[in-house]
This record gives sequence, C-alpha cells and structure tokens, in this order.
Amino acid sequence: MGHITLEQITKQFDDTMVIPPLDLTIEDGEFVVFVGPSGCGKSTLLRLIAGLEDVSGGMIRIDGEDVTAVPPARRGLAMVFQSYALYPHMSVRRNIAFPLRMAGLDAAEQNRRVEDAARVLNLTDYLDRRPGQLSGGQRQRVAIGRAIVREPAAFLFDEPLSNLDAALRVGMRLEISELHKRLKTTSIYVTHDQVEAMTMADKIVVLQGGRIEQVGSPIELYRHPRNRFVAGFIGSPRMNFIEGPAAAAHDAHAIGVRPEHVRISEDGGEWSGTVGVSEHLGSDTFLHVHGTGVADTLTVRASGEVAYDHGDPIRLTPRADRIHRFDAEGERIQ
Amino acid sequence: MARAVSTPRKIVNTAAGWAIGLLIFFPILWIAVLSFKSEGDAILAPLDVLASAWTFESYGLVQSRSDYFGHFWNSVIISLGSTALGLLVAVPAAWAMAFVPGRRTKDVLLWMLSTKMLPPVGVLLPIYLICQQLGLLDTRVALVAVMMMVNLPIIVWMLYTYFREIPADILEAARMDGAGLREEVLFVLLPMAVPGIASTMLLNIILAWNEAFWTLNLTAADAAPLTAFIASYSSPEGLFYAKLSAASLMAIAPILIMGWFSQKQLVRGLTFGAVK
Repeated sequence: MGHITLEQITKQFDDTMVIPPLDLTIEDGEFVVFVGPSGCGKSTLLRLIAGLEDVSGGMIRIDGEDVTAVPPARRGLAMVFQSYALYPHMSVRRNIAFPLRMAGLDAAEQNRRVEDAARVLNLTDYLDRRPGQLSGGQRQRVAIGRAIVREPAAFLFDEPLSNLDAALRVGMRLEISELHKRLKTTSIYVTHDQVEAMTMADKIVVLQGGRIEQVGSPIELYRHPRNRFVAGFIGSPRMNFIEGPAAAAHDAHAIGVRPEHVRISEDGGEWSGTVGVSEHLGSDTFLHVHGTGVADTLTVRASGEVAYDHGDPIRLTPRADRIHRFDAEGERIQ
Repeated sequence: MARAVSTPRKIVNTAAGWAIGLLIFFPILWIAVLSFKSEGDAILAPLDVLASAWTFESYGLVQSRSDYFGHFWNSVIISLGSTALGLLVAVPAAWAMAFVPGRRTKDVLLWMLSTKMLPPVGVLLPIYLICQQLGLLDTRVALVAVMMMVNLPIIVWMLYTYFREIPADILEAARMDGAGLREEVLFVLLPMAVPGIASTMLLNIILAWNEAFWTLNLTAADAAPLTAFIASYSSPEGLFYAKLSAASLMAIAPILIMGWFSQKQLVRGLTFGAVK
C-alpha cells in the first residue's frame, strides 16, 4: 500500500517561502512525476515526503497515518538518488542487503531477497564487487535494487537518470517503467526532463515556484494545458505562442499552437514566411519559420523528410481544433 | 599537463632537497651522535666529538638512574588515552557541524581554534588549582583529561574537514534505508571516514606524546611521561649532554618509528583533508 496525501504543506528556508501551502493526493500504485524547471521546488517536495527535510507547516499522511513528525527511517519509503548514493565501502550484495539488515531480517531471508533483486536487475554476476568497480548504469541498478528489496510503501526517485548518457537513459527509463508495471508500487519520480515525464507518468505534477501549476495525465496536460507555463513546458519542440491581432482574431490575448499542429499549405494558408534553419531528424523535420508577422519564429514539425532550403518561402495553416487560447494572465480560455 | 624538467635542473633540485632535509634533521642526528659519546667527549668541539671513542655508557647510566619504562608507559597511556577520549567527544561534534550545520557553526569552529592561540600559561594557575583540589596532581587521569582538552579543537577540526568530504546523499540514503542515528554513524559514516580518523589519531598521538608544558607542570614522578624524563637531565648544576642526548633519543624513538611507518596518513592529516 502506498497512498500519500499532502495537506497544506509548506516549506520555508529562513525567510524564503520555497513551497507555499500545497495539497496533493497520490493514489496507491500510481506513477507520479514531479516536473518543472530547476529551482521549482520539485526536489524539495520529494525530500519533504521522504522526511529528509522537515515541513514548516501542514501534514503528510501515508496510508492515512500522519507521518509529518516521523523520521525518514520509519516512513517505509525507499529512495533512489541522483548520485546513486551507494555505500562505497560495501559490496553490491551488502549494499542491497543494507535496508534488510536495518530491518533486522535474518541472514537467510536477506540473502534470498538480495538474490531475487539481483536476478531481476541483471546484477547476479556483480554481487561481490564494490560500487567503484561498476559502470554508471550498473550503479543505478544497484541503487534501484536497494530500494526494491524492502518492498516499501513507495519509491522516491530524485532525478535518477540525469547522470547517465543519453542511450543508457532511454534504456533505464524503460526498465524503471517495466519494474513499476510489475511491482505496482506507488512511485514518485522527480525530473526536469519533460520527455521522461510524458513517457513514464500515470500522473504528472507540473511545478513552478513551489506551486502546482497543473496535475493530470500526460495526454490531459498535452491536450488541455491549464496555462501558458504548462503549455510551453509540456511538449517538444515547444508550443508556438502568438499574440496581437492574430490572437485577437480568436478572441484571446494569446494563442498557442504546437509545431505538430501547423500544416504546410501549397497555396493559400493563414500565415506566410521564410524558412530559416531546418532540422532533419529523418522521421521528422523541424522547420523554423521567420517573417510571418505573427511571431518572431514559428516552429513547424513536418512528418518525414521535407525539402525546404534556407530562405524558401512557405505557407502555413494551424489546425483550428488544436489552437489553445489564453487570456492576459496566461490562463486557458475554455 | 606534465611539465618537462631538464636533467641538470633535476640534479639541482635533488641536491637542494637533500640539503634542506639534512639541515632540518641535523639536530636529531647530532643528538644521536652525542648519545654514543662519554660525558667528557660530548662537550668537545664538533670535529673532536666525531673523532672521539663511541660508547653505550650513557644509555646504561640513564637506565640505571631513572625508570625509562615507567615513563614510557605514562606517555603511552596519556597519548593514547587522550586521543581515544578526544575522538569519542569529537566524532559526534564533527558530525553535527558537518551534516547539520547551524547559523553559528563556522563561528564555533573558529572559536575552538582560537583556544589554540591562547598561551597555555595563561590558564596554568586555574587548571593547576583544579587538579590540586581534586587531588589529581601527578596522576595520569589529570593528564589524559588535560591533553584531551588541549587537542580537542584540532581533532574536531580535522574530523570536520574529513566528514565534509563525505557526500551527505550517502548518509541520507542510510536514513531512507532504515538506519537510525547510531547505525548511520557506526555502519556508514565511520567506515567511510577511516582514513581520516586514522590520520587524526596519529597526529594527536604525536602531539600528546611531545607535549611538554602541561606534562612538566602537572606531574612530578608517578605520572611523569617521557618529556619529564628528558627534562630531568637538564639540571641547574649543568647540562649532561651525553645523558640528555641518550634520554632524548630514547624518548622520541617510539614516536619516530611510528611516524616513519605512517608517513602517508600523516601527510594527509597535516594537509587537513585538503588533498585527496
């Protein structure tokens, strides 16, 4: 079980309010991703849940029980750190067994669980090595092994993949997702990478300045961002924002349209401009279009290989059903 | 990038290094030489000293006049005892300052260090009187306690700098894994800090072994360590160079041997954790 509720929790460092009063419910078995730019309070929020930081106000409940004043060791949560935080003086076996040893399990049971975890994580051959003798990906797996052996109420991941190279990151992302599908343990995952958030989450919590901007499923956030911040943060490449008369035509202070929702028109077209840089990914081409008169640069995502050179004229039409409208405060207009 | 050093330059550097090393080591070398001379020969001009006959007579005389091993044990007990006691107090203090620093932690650290700038003689009278009132004059207990307090700032500082090198993440991971404070310190912090603790121990044993001000002032016979043993050969009636030298060499030999075998840890200790 791992049902976590945050009720009006706040965090203050000296005179700075890092987290203004905040409410959040995390259902049992959910994979929740906290995402936001650096300094948005996502790691602090995770550390408050872990108990590594004390809240300045409010209440944290795990499975209905008030744990606000309970030390991290007794909250029944496991954490995977960005730096892996393995014990360098212990073998992989002893690293993974450490939480079991602290829980007072007998040696045979410790061994059985460590072997199980090692098998799941492909670490069986490395059990007698020290962390210093492992690669980054293996170390990360040891850290995950140490988290899963104890069968915690929830896993907390603090940017666990940011120290890995790009290829490994994609692999580990899949492994973590698969592990969650199998174990169905509540997971809270902190990242600044919106791709990780979109691909892994059941529920995304977008944070800015310690406040929750929006909570929802990845597709909900993609389709119905509540404000300009969420609209700009979720989705890659970033959403195009257009202000002025072109927005006024839609009865809005600003409109937003994602690069994949702008069509290239042979003739006619709502906007015309010239192509600047084109980025060819093979599967897609990103065109950066200037001189449309509605925005400095419009990014367009064209499927497949598109032959436009620097300086070519181009005509564009946004998909009418995919235009997001925002008021002067940046809030979504329904 | 490695710098290229020409051969003549290397020769000059090596010669200069040896010259400085010998210059620093010379007094000890000369003590060693004098200790193997008779009392009469030891006061001759340097070259005549070298030419005179070699003898073990001073060592025999020193051993028959005073109880070397008694003093040796006192030194061992005082230096090991004060270091162990110091570590017991300093580990929690350094842990707190390194991992849960408050707003005044830096000030506390500097204040502790400032006590090392106080002339010890400034507090001799009160400490002497306290020891007298408690009936602790000329006891090893008093010296262990005083030596511990005298060196405590250094022990705390050194441990603090070592602990600061240990990533806080790892201690937090231990907390998340269910370790209480005791387990966190015992199973994670201390094993990771072993090299630092070892060099702190070594340095403090040496400092306590060599300390002479407090040992000379607070002891007379029963608790007198090797420093007092050396001092007893410098008397108002005149210096007994050969016996003084023999006594000195016997007093510093144990610590010299220990230092020789633990050079690496000592260098690390003396750089206060600045070099990994």
